Amino acid sequence: MDKRPSNQTPAAPNPSIEGSVFIASDGTKKILRRRRPLLQVENLTVVLGGHTILRDINLTIRRGETIAIIGESGCGKTVFLKNMIGLISPSEGRVLFDGKDIATLGDKELTETRTRYGFVFQMAALFDSLTISENVAFPLRQHRKDMSNREILDRVRSLLEEVGLNPDVVWKKTPSELSGGMRKRVGFARALAMEPDLMLYDEPTTGLDPIMSDVVNQLMIHARDKLHVAAALVTHDMKSACSVANRLVMLYPNARLRPDEPQIIFDGTPDEIERCGDKRVLQFVRGEAGDRMREL
Amino acid sequence: MFEKKTISIEETTFWEKFTSYVGSIGRWIADYCVYAGNLAVFSLSTLFWLFAKPPRRDGLTSCFYNIGVLSLPVVMLTGAFIGMVLAIQTYPQFKLIGLESHIGAAINLSLVKELGPVLAATMLAGRVGSSIAAELGTMRVTEQIDALSSMGVNPIHYLVVPRFVACLILIPGLTLFADLLGMIGGAVLSIGLLQVDWSYYWDWSRRSVDLFEIFAGMSKTVFFGAAIALICCHQGFRCGAGAEGVGKAATSSFVLSFVSILFLDLMLDVVIEAIAKLN
Repeated sequence: MDKRPSNQTPAAPNPSIEGSVFIASDGTKKILRRRRPLLQVENLTVVLGGHTILRDINLTIRRGETIAIIGESGCGKTVFLKNMIGLISPSEGRVLFDGKDIATLGDKELTETRTRYGFVFQMAALFDSLTISENVAFPLRQHRKDMSNREILDRVRSLLEEVGLNPDVVWKKTPSELSGGMRKRVGFARALAMEPDLMLYDEPTTGLDPIMSDVVNQLMIHARDKLHVAAALVTHDMKSACSVANRLVMLYPNARLRPDEPQIIFDGTPDEIERCGDKRVLQFVRGEAGDRMREL
Repeated sequence: MFEKKTISIEETTFWEKFTSYVGSIGRWIADYCVYAGNLAVFSLSTLFWLFAKPPRRDGLTSCFYNIGVLSLPVVMLTGAFIGMVLAIQTYPQFKLIGLESHIGAAINLSLVKELGPVLAATMLAGRVGSSIAAELGTMRVTEQIDALSSMGVNPIHYLVVPRFVACLILIPGLTLFADLLGMIGGAVLSIGLLQVDWSYYWDWSRRSVDLFEIFAGMSKTVFFGAAIALICCHQGFRCGAGAEGVGKAATSSFVLSFVSILFLDLMLDVVIEAIAKLN
């Protein structure tokens, strides 16, 4: 039965909201259903080279939420992250970004959708042939035809400052002239250039010293708290995961699971993971070899 | 009983070997069918993006410089030496039958019809093709191609189309220079060193090499250029992991390009001869 008052009139639908917005009798807008999650992964299965890497994964990322995907090497974390942006296609299941199945999008829609992502790669993936400023300006030059050259350069300067780099020092350098930590920060600046809704971090602290790891963690916290960007962080680094993420999701290698066991063996807050009863989760959190030594 | 058992083992081993051999042939054929299919899809995608969106001017300029300007010296040098080698090789044979004044026709016709186009294409495959495969392979391994995709930029449009256009447009020009230097090299050696009369040399050359031969040679190179660009870019895009993967991509790109150049040369010669007969 429809309980709407007769004087309510439908407003223009907001694409980020499930259902409709209605204007009540007092003139205020009422959202009848809660906001749609930014990213939904439904029954995702990925088979690569005959091996099932991911099996029947379900996950939701809400707006403003930062989740950390943890798990041992080879459990499919990076494959999962690349599925979220459509760099790898699912064998079964689907990934919905703002309600749209990214595997079924046409070229134009996919391009538009991807500009709403920011991807920080493990080794930064900066373009060797471009200078640092050109690398950061790259997405703006490709997609922001409304921006003048002056505006783009100003934005690049402010992005480099935002990630703690001196634009005057790094401006004309090439990626090979920078340290690993600096390259990661440039990659971070490039990922933020398009003001994304969802950041994807692929092991951003791997290979960095503890100080530089903390710098990268602070940058991720800055993106979460100041820019209110949702994020999925893939990492082995428990310190990084617990300090940056609101929620931890632990994947277990499919090859070691029974067919009836779910591949996500933990989904909860950083506080809850310490109290988790699953010994596989605790073994990873505490970094204990346990019976895994026998594999050697 | 012992002998019976031995025979049984030998039969099984032979059967296993046979099935394994047939299986490996089947796998090899299947792999090549998959490769051909992938290459066809990649080529169609390149053609689609070529017409869907014009390539970037800055990307084209750097490709034109790398593929055209930097290849010119090596192509010209190769052409000049081939012209001289042809003169050295053909002169004794022609002298035996008293036709040494016809040597210019043999050198220049070989250069314009076959050696110029094929050698320019081979040099391009070696110098540029391997470099394209290694560059794109490194971009694949270091996730730069994934980075392009993640930023909403189509890697085929951004990376492949400029290289394809540059190879397609520049290879006829490079061939022209190879032909020219080959003709000069052959003439210098024949007239200067082997004492062939220059007027006969150029007269027989002019009579045997007409515009159709030059055009036929040039038109073949467009196909060679397209094959080199597509094969080498495709090898770079499907590069395996690590330094070994990049090395394999660079090597296989040259081998596959070279084989395709020879195959295309044969096919196009058949077509050109058929057209020549019609005329």
